[in-house]
Order: sequence, then C-alpha cells, then structure tokens
Amino acid sequence: MAYRALELLNLPPDTTCYILDIGCGSGLSGEIIEEEGHVWVGMDIAPSMLIEVALECEVEGDLFLQDVGQGMAFRPGTFDGAISISVLQWLCNADHSSHNPKSRLTRFFSTLYSSLRRGARAIFQFYPENDAQCELIMNAAMRCGFEGGLLIDYPNSKKAKKYYLCLFAGSQVGKVEMPKALGEDGEMEEDDGEPNQIVEQTVQNNDENPSKTKSG
Amino acid sequence: MRLVTHNLLQCHVKGCDTNNFPLELSEIECESQETDFNPQFLRTMVPKLEWDALVRTAMKLGITTLPDKVPDTPIQELDEKFLRNLHTVLFETHIQQGKMTCPNCQHVYPIKDGIPNMLLNDNEV
Repeated sequence: MAYRALELLNLPPDTTCYILDIGCGSGLSGEIIEEEGHVWVGMDIAPSMLIEVALECEVEGDLFLQDVGQGMAFRPGTFDGAISISVLQWLCNADHSSHNPKSRLTRFFSTLYSSLRRGARAIFQFYPENDAQCELIMNAAMRCGFEGGLLIDYPNSKKAKKYYLCLFAGSQVGKVEMPKALGEDGEMEEDDGEPNQIVEQTVQNNDENPSKTKSG
Repeated sequence: MRLVTHNLLQCHVKGCDTNNFPLELSEIECESQETDFNPQFLRTMVPKLEWDALVRTAMKLGITTLPDKVPDTPIQELDEKFLRNLHTVLFETHIQQGKMTCPNCQHVYPIKDGIPNMLLNDNEV
C-alpha cells in the first residue's frame, strides 16, 4: 500500500523528495520511502511504536510523537508530498470527551495543507466505516483548500479493494485530474473527470492484490 | 531529529501564529550519524531554509562552520565544499535529548531519545 501511495504522489523522477508519513507506526512505510530514494519525517501518536523505530538504526527518518488531530507544526511549503497508511479513519473517533472529530479533521487538514509545497499531493490509504464518514473527511479536506477525490482500487474484490483519498494542495497546472484506479490486467477505467467529487470507479472481476500489504 | 527538520519546525499551539519560529533549543545533547551525501536534495532544501535561524541554532550547538549568508550564486552552482559542510550540519547532526521552547507562547516541547514530543494540552488546541 505504501508503494501504491508513493506512486499516486506522482513525484518527479530521479529526484529525492522530502516526504511526510502521517501515522508512521513502526516505520514500514518509511523503509519503502527510503528504498525509493526519498527522505522522510514520520509522526505517530503511539510512543512505543516510535521508540521501536528509533532503536532500529537502519531507519533514517525523523520521528515525532504527535496527535495529528491537534494540527502539525511545519513551516509553509516544507514537504514535497505526504502519505498515510491506515490512519485517517482513527481521526474520526472521539477518544476523549474533548475530541470533536469535525474540528480535529479541520485542524489536521488545514495545517497539512500549509506544510505542503504548492502543487504537492497527499495520499491517504484508509478504511472508511461508511459513506457518511467518507463525506465528513472529504468535506473537511475541501474546506481547507484541497482538491482531489477518492480512488478505489479493485472495487469488486473483497480482499484487494482499497480506498485512497488523493488530495492536491493547490496550483496544479491546468485541470486537476484524478489518478486512475487499478483493475485487472492493468486495465483502467476513466473517472468522470470531475474534481471535488467522490469518484466511484467500476472495474470488473478483480481479485489480485495490487501491492504489498502491511499488518497493523 | 536532524537539524534540518528543526529548521522547518514551528510552534503549533492554536493561536500561536506569530514569532513562533525557531523553537529555541536548551539542554541539548547531539549525536553525529553519517549518512549519504546527496547534492541534488541539498539544493532543493536550501530555498526552504531560514538561514539566519539555522546559523544561530548551529552556533548554540557549537557549530561555527556555516557562513553568515548563503553564497550569492544560483542554487545549481553552489560548490561542493559548501554543500558537504551543509550536509554535515543539516543531515548528520541529530538532536537526541533536550527541550525546544516557543519564543512566543513559551510552550516547551521535550526531546527524548531523538523524538520530539509535540503533544499539546487540551487548552492549547
């Protein structure tokens, strides 16, 4: 999934980029970002995970203990892209009485938008609970200035179906075009070309897993 | 945390929007960790840096090798000596322990085992 997310970031070829990994966990995505030749910064709310990564000297990313629902702390234009694997749905939970999912999402997306270089993308693989949750997330992102939409790889497969929220932080050249979803035999189906909409893609009969999956 | 990342960090307490950079370092322990030299990446990072803040922060850590100003040449022509030195400062200097304090709201972000704790209190979000 991290490979697919990196692919969807559409980074310039042969260029080392500065990438944010939101909810880096034990650094699995970070290893892949490094493998692809980029430099990364990771954040996670679980200290135990971070310490595990910190002790693993092979990993080079900087780590932050951070609750992204409280917003992020980077100067404008810092990152060339952001990825997040299996995290976004947690932001919709109210774990404490003081948590309001809507305001946490807004705080998160607005500070993320600012920390991205204009024209950069943020790709979130996530597990939405229902349509209402998708809508809550999409609306919060759009209100903060992002364009983009939802991409569903292998929509007809129970196992391989994956949701990717693809967000663009301003200044795209020309019309914003959503990336294409993956289907069987590399077959792809056009989306409706409309940005700012939930794009439901229909591709037939797929059971292949598109990428390496990670547990947890 | 590498020194480059400190230069890109500001306070994110809600409403703390001015004079919230750079976070002031104190009680710092640093470590040097070798990593591959990547001139292309360094060139893309130079425009993102706040140079004055970097020089001041480096001084505080006893690093006096940085010039007061970025050389007045196009980014693509920055020479290797300058870039190698910058690489050592930005990417090989790791802050392992210490504190970062916001110059505006005075929030203290502790750093432990190289990991800054950016969690805020309920009244700060």
